[in-house]
Amino acid sequence: MKLTVWTYEGPPHVGAMRVATGMTGLHYVLHAPQGDTYADLLFTMIERRDHRPPVTFTTFQARDLGSDTANLFKTSCKEAYERFKPQAMIVGSSCTAELIQDDPGGLAENMGLDVPIIPLELPSYQRKENFGADETFFQIVRHLAKPCEKTKQISCNLIGPTALGFRHRDDIEEISGLLSDMGVSINVVAPMGSSPEDIQKLGSAHFNVLMYPETGESAARWMERELGLPFTKSIPIGVGATRDFLNEVSQITGLDAVVDESRLRLPWYSASVDSTYLTGKRVFIFGDGTHAMAAARIARDEMGFEVVGLGCYNREMARPLRGLAKSFGLTALITDDYLEVEKHIAELAPEMILGTQMERHIGKRLGIPCAVISAPVHVQDFPARYSPQMGFEGANVIFDTWVHPLVMGLEEHLLHMFRDDFEFNDAAGPSHHGGHAPSQSRPDNSIEKEPTPIKNGDVIWLLDAEKELKKIPFFVRGKARRNTETYAAQKGVSQISIETLYEAKAHYAQ
Amino acid sequence: MPDVSFTSCAQAPVLKERGQREVFCGLTSIIWLHRKMQDAFFLVVGSRTCAHLLQSAAGVMIFAEPRFGTAILEETDLAGLADAHQELDREVDRLLSRRPDIRQLFLVGSCPSEVIKLDLSKAAERLSQKYAPSVRVLNFTGSGIETTFTQGEDECLTAMVPMLNESSDRQLLVVGALPDVVEDQMRSLLDALGIGPVSVLPASSAGNTVSVGPNTYFAMTQPFLGETHSALLRRGAEHIPAPFPFGAEGTTAWLRAIADKFGVSDDKFEGVVSAPRARAQKAIAQASEVLKNKSVFFFPDSQLEIPLARFLTVECGMTALEVGTPFLHRPLVGPDLELMSQGPVISEGQDVDLQLDRALQQRADLTVCGLGLANPLEAAGLTTKWAIELVFTPVHFYEQASDLAGLFSRPLRRRAILRQEAAE
Repeated sequence: MKLTVWTYEGPPHVGAMRVATGMTGLHYVLHAPQGDTYADLLFTMIERRDHRPPVTFTTFQARDLGSDTANLFKTSCKEAYERFKPQAMIVGSSCTAELIQDDPGGLAENMGLDVPIIPLELPSYQRKENFGADETFFQIVRHLAKPCEKTKQISCNLIGPTALGFRHRDDIEEISGLLSDMGVSINVVAPMGSSPEDIQKLGSAHFNVLMYPETGESAARWMERELGLPFTKSIPIGVGATRDFLNEVSQITGLDAVVDESRLRLPWYSASVDSTYLTGKRVFIFGDGTHAMAAARIARDEMGFEVVGLGCYNREMARPLRGLAKSFGLTALITDDYLEVEKHIAELAPEMILGTQMERHIGKRLGIPCAVISAPVHVQDFPARYSPQMGFEGANVIFDTWVHPLVMGLEEHLLHMFRDDFEFNDAAGPSHHGGHAPSQSRPDNSIEKEPTPIKNGDVIWLLDAEKELKKIPFFVRGKARRNTETYAAQKGVSQISIETLYEAKAHYAQ
Repeated sequence: MPDVSFTSCAQAPVLKERGQREVFCGLTSIIWLHRKMQDAFFLVVGSRTCAHLLQSAAGVMIFAEPRFGTAILEETDLAGLADAHQELDREVDRLLSRRPDIRQLFLVGSCPSEVIKLDLSKAAERLSQKYAPSVRVLNFTGSGIETTFTQGEDECLTAMVPMLNESSDRQLLVVGALPDVVEDQMRSLLDALGIGPVSVLPASSAGNTVSVGPNTYFAMTQPFLGETHSALLRRGAEHIPAPFPFGAEGTTAWLRAIADKFGVSDDKFEGVVSAPRARAQKAIAQASEVLKNKSVFFFPDSQLEIPLARFLTVECGMTALEVGTPFLHRPLVGPDLELMSQGPVISEGQDVDLQLDRALQQRADLTVCGLGLANPLEAAGLTTKWAIELVFTPVHFYEQASDLAGLFSRPLRRRAILRQEAAE
């Protein structure tokens, strides 16, 4: 038993729903009690889908237990088949139904329905959402895909995008464009947008593009083995990774990796003068393994940040992420415990977080800016505008997204210059965060108020030092205070004077 | 003046349906209960699905560390490799040492904990002894196999009833969790009527002693508290049946029923309610301008459907086509049914596909439904109101009457003002 406050991933059947909802012509009969229908709203509200997920919940109740839950399942299955007329059905249990062991797969297979029935075994008490999506898609592919004649033109499948995926909608468009520039056509995009009939012809492609290992790797590996489809290993998030990806496609296909880069702006934006202030910003990165690893490379190599922490919540990706963290000189944080992540961030005191919606809330509480790089998703992660993460436009989007929570360079400089101006006073805050209205009255400088010494643990700030600290711009003051206190503690100093403050500054100078 | 030609919904036949239900489970009630009871922690003993539901339905991740959490059952708990009770004790210990501010701990049963027959009442008893007197440990079920949405609050309050002190004083107990602002308004109205002492279940803290006994009269502010109603009757208290306090008329009827029980004179009653009632009537008249003569279709959700349909039809001039409710509890919603004239289909339970067929065929001007159905229905050209907002927003009593009407009129106003075609 483990106490959980917020979770990064839902249960595995929600992963199966992400696959089913992304597809067409497929229906999912889920043996589950009524409350489990909450999962519909993830799709209809967060993703603003205009259709209900193609899922029939048997919604058994206490009075059904021990009597006829199996019959209830069969009735639901039959009614769903008649009403929705799917090309194929997936059947399985949610966590509660797993305990009553009705064997939905066996029941459905014996009903004599004339469409493929794909049973799902998703261990709810061991695994989570990403596993559920990966396993479901793998089972669908394993049951339906057959070797078939290759397309005349070089083509590939895009593997991994699902409903409720972080920017999957736009990544598909971006990657399709890049591949089209190279002369590669798209055979099937799956699971998102495909039907069981499309799945049958996956083998017509010449290779697979594995976009999201979290949700597509098992299927990609199976197709490599059974259908002879090689798959790409580079995840094209970031400029360097996109170039790696294009080279990989070039090696597989023999086509030139020449694409239009005229819209790519990240490299120049990072190199331009205004971005000097980004240099060495200490960032903490956390998300699903794929997005976290991609973000680490972009942060260090393409933005000039210092990566001070790197982690992921999905254990399936622990191994490669640990390896990457090591190459950054870091110890990876692999946990799905939100409180542990929060503790870690508080200790590291980064200047910025690249995380999920959970870290965004952590950042709000700790006063650290945060940009979202990964699922779990929020309604904000489905913007109306085109906003991919992958490819060259994805790199542009990432530059903007990451810079937005920070005070821009020129703005930072001006704030510094005018920090004593009443309109730019400390309480005003960054102009883009709202609530920046200047205070009604100008500060009266004629009355010099004596600040009281602050006591922090064993260290006391002397009045002069405290006044001096206030002269430091507010956006770096927290760091200065922390560094000084750490320095004082290290030196065994119990009172912080102006001397201590500047000694500490010199000590930490870069 | 009884109108002889008037046939109310109380006599109408009820369409009972059994099929797929598109509703939340009782755990969802924790989302408002934990805000109301500020020294309570709700510990769900369940699965990852339970935790995910609370997080998704709540959308309240902004709270640093909420006063609810899920003890997630793992493979070892199920395989009998670990003693689930010992595991639970350990997690509770950890929780209470980190949260010394907690005075009441609710162990909340879920579908999996009930299927494996994990006895939480035994656990609550054991933990109560261990942590008494600083923490009181109670248990109730919020499982989807036993409860629908708001029934979670019903189960929670039912669990609290046996713990209430015995009292033979003549008093009023108001039952149902209300937002503080609404509770304060209600108290001041009752106070002005000279009715007292008044206590409210649930109280905002454990130290707030609520008592019950043979001279206690109780009034309900929420229609979904059927079990709590029975539990209070068992403690000897007497129920004051009344329409629910929504809108000007509902609030007046609710207060009138209580005032009658407490011997308040007509003059005094008029003196107290006439001003706020007139204000509410005026506000409703404005807010319901766009509702008049429009039709409404309710999917079952919170059990608030019948009282709200009463408000919309009687006070806002709407026509109800179907009023669906998960359960029809006549001792509670009977007075509201009596005020509605026959016409709408009253349905209990659900077969969501059949009900969607009816909704799409009838195409009411406004369809009240859960979040899972709202966008798909909007995409099909219907105008919808999400039912969940009705349990989170202050909507009871006079001063909220226009807000309540506004919740229903906003979707209609929006549809009317959006102009997205190209200009001619």
